[in-house]
Amino acid sequence: MRVKQHAEAAQEFILDEARTDWHDETLWFVRNKRDKAVNTIPEWEILRDWASRIKNHTLSNLDHYLTSFEEKALKNGIIIHWAADAEDHNRIIHKIITDNKIDKIVKSKSMLTEECHLNEYLQNRGIQILDTDLGEYIVQLRQETPSHIVLPAIHLKRQDVSETFHEHLHTEKGNYDPQYLAGCARQHLRERFVESELAITGVNFAIAESGSFVVCTNEGNADMGVHSAGIHIACMGIEKLIPKTEHLGVFLRLLARSATGQPITTYSSHFNRARPGQQMHVVIVDNGRSRQLGRPDFRNSLKCIRCAACFNTCPVYRRSGGHSYHSAVAGPIGSILNPNLDMQANSDLPFASTLCGSCSNVCPVKIDIHEQLWKWRQVIVANGYVNKGKKAGMQGMAWVLSNPQVYRFSGKIGRWVMRTFPFIVNNRLNVWFKQREMPRAPEKSFRDWFKENK
Amino acid sequence: MKVGLFIPCYIDQFYPDVAIATYQLLKKLDCDVSYPMDQTCCGQPMANSGFSDLTKGCDINFVKNFKNFDYIVAPSGSCVLHIKEHLKEGGTPAELEKIRQSVYELSEFLVDILKVDRLVASFPHKVGMHISCHGQRGLHLSSMTELVAPEFSKSEYLLGMVDGLELLKPLRADECCGFGGTFCVFEEAVSVKMGKDRIKEHLVNHVEFICGGDTSCLMHLEGILKRQGSGVKTIHLAEILNSEL
Repeated sequence: MRVKQHAEAAQEFILDEARTDWHDETLWFVRNKRDKAVNTIPEWEILRDWASRIKNHTLSNLDHYLTSFEEKALKNGIIIHWAADAEDHNRIIHKIITDNKIDKIVKSKSMLTEECHLNEYLQNRGIQILDTDLGEYIVQLRQETPSHIVLPAIHLKRQDVSETFHEHLHTEKGNYDPQYLAGCARQHLRERFVESELAITGVNFAIAESGSFVVCTNEGNADMGVHSAGIHIACMGIEKLIPKTEHLGVFLRLLARSATGQPITTYSSHFNRARPGQQMHVVIVDNGRSRQLGRPDFRNSLKCIRCAACFNTCPVYRRSGGHSYHSAVAGPIGSILNPNLDMQANSDLPFASTLCGSCSNVCPVKIDIHEQLWKWRQVIVANGYVNKGKKAGMQGMAWVLSNPQVYRFSGKIGRWVMRTFPFIVNNRLNVWFKQREMPRAPEKSFRDWFKENK
Repeated sequence: MKVGLFIPCYIDQFYPDVAIATYQLLKKLDCDVSYPMDQTCCGQPMANSGFSDLTKGCDINFVKNFKNFDYIVAPSGSCVLHIKEHLKEGGTPAELEKIRQSVYELSEFLVDILKVDRLVASFPHKVGMHISCHGQRGLHLSSMTELVAPEFSKSEYLLGMVDGLELLKPLRADECCGFGGTFCVFEEAVSVKMGKDRIKEHLVNHVEFICGGDTSCLMHLEGILKRQGSGVKTIHLAEILNSEL
């Protein structure tokens, strides 16, 4: 199936204007909650600066911190796996599953496993994973992908969820009560938690000095899975490291406030070693991250702690929905991460922005997102992933604007045409005119006026 | 103090009144202002579309026109930001640096350089303020709702000196209008939806005018307003500051 480019998918999304308004307002509500929360912290901007510096330092010394993490984790009895790419990551997990003859698997939220398409990989090999984060669970039942990295089912209304649950869990038809629906999901999930043999989790922060890691959830589903299963596999990108435990204080204060406006995630669980009789694995994944680290203009995108504040503030995301970004990680941060994974397939994403800069301002680790969007545009065009017509148009425009006489002549003619034959511009071929009137074309330019009146 | 008036291409062609107001305002404030006659465009439309390698001609022309001024002033935050961040050819490194350092958006020039503290201007109307992103988040012409920092606004400070003007702010004080340069055609659906949503918040306030510091945003909003058959007009900050009874 052809993947729709962002502009086309966004246009379809907006066709249902009432629903677009609802989506926009729902996410704006989250942005507002974030604003309220951060304004209670007078040192907020200092925290952002510290977080940015800690991450920059870590990225500059990543080899050291990775080996330190591995060494300490091994001492704690954690089994470490290194995965160069998504295929490696999936193969490693598949092998652990088959080696241990497991068939009951639960997974809490992990955008990395989405990025690697783990569910699909295992499904193709006859293995079913159950996503236990409520939002992930809903989209999994619907055979959809998450549309948001923190709020995976934010594109759905409770009526949609009710219908999905009615179909799959046989809940009461037409009962939209969120408490009822969550209660039913909880009952189904509880059974699966109890019988699960293997639990997969993500990693929010991996601590180099201790070899331990922290998983943040609001639902406690990561903990439920891990506590009942005999095997825990935690998947992390190489950028999840922080040097010391004391640095957690900075990041945990920033993460939930930026994400949802909460002071801290309900559960911030520290994993140090497996309990007796349990196996604990950590899969450390590169999948293009070291390539991104080697791009001076884009390396600091790896500071991201996946809070999604940039999603919630982005006026384009709010009005186009996560699926229009055709990637595991949507929104502004996705638009600077995804071209690194596949430049051609994601060449539209850096253009899905007005460069308003709100994303960079909310970013808790101060990634210059909108500047990187601008830079990716340059890289994408330089690599030839651009429509020929657009390129020719730009070349023509550059020529006109480089030559003052040509510019003045074209301006005069253009304005005359617009005044005399307005239908030449006011028609269906003019995309501007579809929903907007053209500006009035005055007889005289400012320059003409200035010559007469200075 | 020699001031070079930098008039963005689309203002020169489509909104001469904005340029005239800017020129007259600077004259009123006793600036030695002149308009270099061979200026065209700063090159931003190409650069923001990923074609910054095509802006050489514009750079050269810009430097040729503006290298001999103490200050360069434009009624556009967006074009000023482009020059500040991306002017890279057409002169010696020192010339380029001087231009990047001495180019100002109109309101910041009035507030920070001329230190204007009163104006003879009157505009007895209800005016909604549209904050343009590049001026705000790029040039820091006003505080930003995302940051934990004191509130300020250079344009509001100036509008406060205008007699009779009632300033009204939309609920989302600094959300983008969706113009975004070529974004407005390549992402037409989102662009227009963003513009409609901005306008809706101003209409709730019963404004007569939507005022902004960037005519590009205003052109986009004006296009939607006219299509809607609305009587609300768009107006550049310079036009209000230059208006008299």
